[in-house]
Formats: sequence, structure tokens, C-alpha cells
Amino acid sequence: MDAAPSHRTDNTQSGTPLLELSNITKEFPGCLANDQISFRIMPGEVHALLGENGAGKSTLVKIIYGVLKADEGRIAWLGKDVSIAGPSSARHMGIGMVFQHFSLFDSLTVLENIALAATDERDRTKLRDKVLEVSHSYGLPLDPDRHVHSLSVGERQRIEIVRCLLQNPKLLILDEPTSVLTPQEVERLFETLRQLAAEGCAILYISHKLEEVKALCETATILRGGKVVADCDPRVETARSMAEMMIGEKLQAPNRAGRDGESIHRLVVSHLSLQSEDQFGTDLDDVSFSVSSGEILGIAGIAGNGQTELMAVLTGESVVPDNMDAIVIDEQPIAHKGPKTRRSLGAAFVPEERNGHGAVPSMPLTENALLTAFRRMGLVRRGIIDGGKTRDFAEDIISQFDVRTSGSGSDAGSLSGGNLQKFVVGREIIQRPNVLVICQPTWGVDAGAASAIHQALLDLAANGAAVLVISQDLDEIFAICDRVAVISEGRLSDTRGIKSVTVDEIGLLMGGLHDLAGSDGTGQDAPALAEAGHD
Amino acid sequence: MDIFVQIVLTVITASTPLLFAASGELITEKSGVLNLGVEGMMLIGAITGFAVAISTGSATLAIFAAAIAGAAAAFIFGFLTLSLLANQVATGLALTIFGVGISALVGAAFVGVALEPLPKLAIPGISTLPVIGPIVFGQDIMVYGSFVLIAAIYWFLKHSHWGLVVRAVGESHDSAHALGYPVIAIRYMATIFGGAMCGLGGAYLSLAYTPMWAENMTAGRGWIALALVVFATWRPGRLLLGAYMFGGITILQLHAQGAGINVPSQFMSMLPYLATILVLVLISRDKVRIRLNAPNCIGQAFRPAH
Repeated sequence: MDAAPSHRTDNTQSGTPLLELSNITKEFPGCLANDQISFRIMPGEVHALLGENGAGKSTLVKIIYGVLKADEGRIAWLGKDVSIAGPSSARHMGIGMVFQHFSLFDSLTVLENIALAATDERDRTKLRDKVLEVSHSYGLPLDPDRHVHSLSVGERQRIEIVRCLLQNPKLLILDEPTSVLTPQEVERLFETLRQLAAEGCAILYISHKLEEVKALCETATILRGGKVVADCDPRVETARSMAEMMIGEKLQAPNRAGRDGESIHRLVVSHLSLQSEDQFGTDLDDVSFSVSSGEILGIAGIAGNGQTELMAVLTGESVVPDNMDAIVIDEQPIAHKGPKTRRSLGAAFVPEERNGHGAVPSMPLTENALLTAFRRMGLVRRGIIDGGKTRDFAEDIISQFDVRTSGSGSDAGSLSGGNLQKFVVGREIIQRPNVLVICQPTWGVDAGAASAIHQALLDLAANGAAVLVISQDLDEIFAICDRVAVISEGRLSDTRGIKSVTVDEIGLLMGGLHDLAGSDGTGQDAPALAEAGHD
Repeated sequence: MDIFVQIVLTVITASTPLLFAASGELITEKSGVLNLGVEGMMLIGAITGFAVAISTGSATLAIFAAAIAGAAAAFIFGFLTLSLLANQVATGLALTIFGVGISALVGAAFVGVALEPLPKLAIPGISTLPVIGPIVFGQDIMVYGSFVLIAAIYWFLKHSHWGLVVRAVGESHDSAHALGYPVIAIRYMATIFGGAMCGLGGAYLSLAYTPMWAENMTAGRGWIALALVVFATWRPGRLLLGAYMFGGITILQLHAQGAGINVPSQFMSMLPYLATILVLVLISRDKVRIRLNAPNCIGQAFRPAH
């Protein structure tokens, strides 16, 4: 992939900036989300906004798009100070935004979805012509009459982009646009974005995928803890140097305790295939792997490639009635059994969604602690809840995992996401499971809590448990896992030792290449490598 | 022939109040608000319309007053649920209880007072035609109004921009908010419109169907209207069908009972409920279509993140 298209004029250093932010500050209760942020975007510039989760990227973008109001600071648009009252005035000024979680209406048609955003054109027939024209000229094929719920994620993103383009934006904001796309879709998106930039539309590109930023963007502003920590040219930086600017320290693996003793296969999955129950889900196709005691296996992959289905079939929420040997926990075939049997064999699970799946938001922490632990921790005697013991258990979790709460009697829903995650993870780890399956262990969790959770997982493995981590976060996988496999379109790659693979190789696998280069697997298809859009 | 005309005329009068109330509730629910206070709002509309008609003698004023009273009751509901984020189900039930009580209180003075029924629009020459004359050209203004209303709602939801916005708000209030639409204001308007239509439905009962006031005279029609909206899968055409089926079978079974058919009257009274629900469930059992028409955010409070 070229660093920058040659036909674009370099207009980033002269003239009036399209958008200039000065000292933008936004405070939420207990959190300074944006602290004196300043940067500028020139017309036609592709500008990256980088930062970890919680660095303040989303808040800043919402301020630019008028969804949130800044407490302090100035926004200048084409050299004039402006106050952006709301998304519709932002759109009037010429700011378009493609959201990370699409703001589409499933039960409406493509055309209706576009009509809702394109406030200038009320005549549906004319609007349809315009949509077809834009989708044709930017290579974004769309059928205006399809209902959104029947479209793929990539097609949905096209709707969002087309409806921004209809308003002839001067600035297009994209929030994590590629996290749900296949590599081919990413490449097509980048072509569209380059065409737009060449026509003079500035692009603010928010991502934490550094290779993509290198390929697409010509300037980058890096945020950490709500502050601008660096401005750089991604074309000359390396992914590693930008990552270090993002996290503010050298990248290093957490230290792992040495493990000894005999290693036994605790969780074995062999030839597991499963039709997804969800019409728009991913079918699992012949998935095999095993996790031994003392080991952490990571399963990487872009969301929506079968992780949800894999998680459900591992926890027992979906069962495989006709192939009980597909999942074996401590030599017991249990693929046909539900969660109760699996938990009584010493398995524990932490689902991705903590509110409503991992915990009941409207119930106090004590009762939430009881829900998964009552058998293993003996919290129920002859059908009667042992109140004192349950409370002690909940308070154990709270103190050992540093859960910030007013007490074990507070509702799970009153905890912040990170704190609830610590509670849910702690609840399972304290039970000393033989097998722990955990999905997105540090999703939306701040760095301190994330490292605490990572350390707890390492300690659990060091004590002889088999740990399976399903995560989209490659940094996390490289930090704690011993071996890694990649799930893509419901199929799982070969498992490889973490020391023998690079982030790039994993990245390629995530893009749908099913065997690593150099592995003794069944070889690889070279064209996919080019399509994956890497150098 | 006369008996046929007679039956059709009573079917129309029995169906019209349902059609008004259900159309209003359809719009309310499409915007994502579940107002279970239909029965209460109908009663408030019924007593207001009746009281105004008695005291001023003007049917026009009575109709307007009933709509305004229904709208006002819906506004209270809106204020509680949309601004103060009270639970919609509980608030709706409370509104029904409130409507029963206040209409009985105000109506105490009007029990036993007789009223001229709403005048039929007589078009000279045409409305004296046999059969078609009285049925098509001899109705009162509210019957015509109810047909105009259902057609307007169909057009509004399907073809107008603001109808699309109402559907969008009911489908995903967060997305609609992100696009810059005033979710709360739109829900207020839809709720108030729903209240006004329930008021009209109630007024039709006390001004035209049985031109008098009796305590709790809606007799559960508000709940039927609510059920019709759901079983019609939020589609105006099916709502019209459902309302007329219900009204039609209600009248037919009365005539059947009158004719001395030897079936226990309780069974006959069940018939309209059973038949209407059965037919609507059968014609609307396509899961995808239900998913497409049902407002996704119904009953959920919206709290913009600021």
C-alpha cells in the first residue's frame, strides 16, 4: 500500500485551517475526558486521532459533531469561531460523521435511513437518484430499497458514508471505521477516502489500528489521558513508536511466574461445528484447539467472526447434542450438557457483556456473587441461601480485586463498567476454576484495572488452571497468552506459540488467511495477502 | 334490506370509537411510547364532550373540547414518563384509573341527562338513495373523520418525512438523537396526538353511539383499542380491518342473541374478542414483518447522554 496517493496536493501547511480546536476541555463527574486539547485540520487532509480506550477520542469527536458541549475552549471553522449547537448544525456546516456503532434503523429501508439524515431533500424519488449517483461515483454499491437488518456490516457502513457524502461534507469523521470490516472492505473504504481527500474533503480518522493509520493518514494527533501528547507524521513513524506514544511507556510484557509440574489437557475442543442460531450470526466450522493446565491460550479475531457463537458453545448456552466429544473438560465429554454440568466440573466463564449477561444490573453484588458461585463455594444449604457466607464471599471479591463500590449491598448496575468487570472476573477467579473461559477480559476497562485483571489471569494459570482468552485486543493477547490462534469467519487457525509469531502475522490471519506463513500447515493463498492491505 | 342497512349503520357506530382510539395509540406507540391510559383518556374525552355539548349546545365545540381534554390527559402522562422518566406501564395504568375516577366525579351531575345525537350529514338527493344513501352518505361528521384519519395516518407514516422521523424515534431513540432529532419533543407530540384521538373516540360514545353519560361507559373499549394496535402489528390498514371486525361481530352477535339463537350469551359476548384476535394473529404471523413494524424502543425511557 502506498504511503500517500501522489495526485494529492500537499496543502497541509498553508492556508486557513478547516477546523481548529483550541484548548478544548470537557469534564465528566470524576473524569477529565478532554484536557486543553488543540489541533488543526487543513482542507483535504487525512488526520488521524489516536489513543487508547478512554484517552478521550470519542468525547472530542462528539464535541466536534455537536453531540456534547465543551466546558472550555474554542472551535474555529474556516477561520471563524463557531459554536456547534447540535449534530444538525454540524451537518449544516459541512461536518459528516460515521459512527463506530452505526446509527442506523434496522427496520427501515436504506433509502429511509438516508432520508432521515439528508434533511435538505424531502422528495424520495429525487433522493433515490442522488443516492444511486453518489454510490456509483464513489464505488459504494447500495440497493436503496433493502431493509437494513438484512445487510452485512460493511454494507451498513456504506449507508452511513453515502448519507454523509450526500451533504457534500468538508470534513468527514470516521470513528473506528474498520473494526468490523474485512480486509477487502477496508481496502475499498480507503480508496473511497483517498478519492474524497483528493477532492478536498478533510478526513478525521479515529483508530487504534496503527498500520492502517500509517497507510492512510498524513498527520496524527495522539491523545493520552485526555491530553494531546504528540503530533506526528504516521508515514515516517513506526507502529511501535506510535503505540509507545499512545500508552506513554515502553511496550513490555508483564512478568510471568514460572510454571512447573505436569501439564495436562484440561479443555479440549475437537472438530466443533455449529450452525448459528442467529440469522445473521457466524457458523462455527470445524474448530479444534486444546488448553492445558498452566497455560493461557488466546483467540484473536475481528468481532463477528464467530466469537459469540464459540463463547456460547463453550459456556453451554448453546449445546451440541449430536457430538458430545466436541468439547471435553477434564476428560469428560460435555458438548451436549448445559452450563450447570460444566461449572460443576470446575469450569468458569466470563461473558463479553457484563451488564445483563455476566451480572444482573438490578441485583446487589452479594446476589450476583451467589449466582455463579453458590455450588462451588457452598453458599446454598438445602435450598436456603447462607447470607453471611455469601456476603463474606462478595466482600472477598471486592477487597481482593479492588472493586470500587460503596459496599457489597450496592446494585451491580451502579458500578462503573471497569469496576463491574473486575467484580465479575474476580467472582470466577476466586472460585479457583480448573478451566476459565473469558471473553474480552478488559473491554472498556482503564489501564490500571486491565493490568490487575491480566495479573490475576496469569496467577490463575500459574496455579494450574487452563485459561482461554477470547479477545479482539492484540496487545492483550501478546501480553498474557502463551499460545494464540485466530478465529475468522467461524474457522480457527493453527495454534502458535506467542514467541514465534508477530503482530503482523496475527493481523493477516485476522483478515481471513487461515495458515501462517512458514508454519507447517496446509500452505497459504498468496492473493489474500495482497488484499489484506499490508506492506 | 332495511335490517341490513340497520346492521351496517350500527356496526359503523360501534367501530368508530375503536378506530379513533386505536389510531391515536398507533401513532403514540410508533414513536416508542406505550400509553396504557387509553381507557382513561377515552372516558375523559367522553365526559368532556358530553358536558360541553349539554352546556353550550354546540356539537362542534364538544368534539374539540373532547380532543383537547384527551390531549391534556396525555400531556400529563407525557410529562411524567418523558420528562420525569416515570415507568410508562405504571403511569399508563394510573392514567386509566385517574380517568375512570375524574370522569365519574365530573359526570355525576350529568347522569340521566339526554342529548340530541350528533347530526347526520344529510346531502339532499344522495342520502335518500336506497342502501348506499344512508350508509355512505348519511353518516355523521366523526365517522367520515375516522376514515380520513386512518388514511392520513397511513400516508403520514409511509410517505411523509415526519412520519419517517416518528418511526425512527420509535425504532432507535439513540440513533435518532445522534442524527439530531428531538426525541423527547417528537414523543410528546405523538403522545398528545394519541390522547386527542382517544378523547375523540370517547366523545363519539357519549355524543353519537349512546348520547348520554354513564359512569365507565367505555366498558373496556380502551383496552380493545390497545390490543388492536398490537394485533394489527402497527399497520393502519389492519387496524381499520380489526376495528370493523370487532365492531361488526359485536353487533352481529347482539342481533343473533336478539333472534333467539340457542347459544349461551356469554359465548356470544366472547365472539368479537376471539374472532378479531384470531384473524389478526393469523394474517400477521410473519415474524419478519412483525419485526419490521413493531417499534423497537416501545416503553423504554429515553435519557439523552449529555
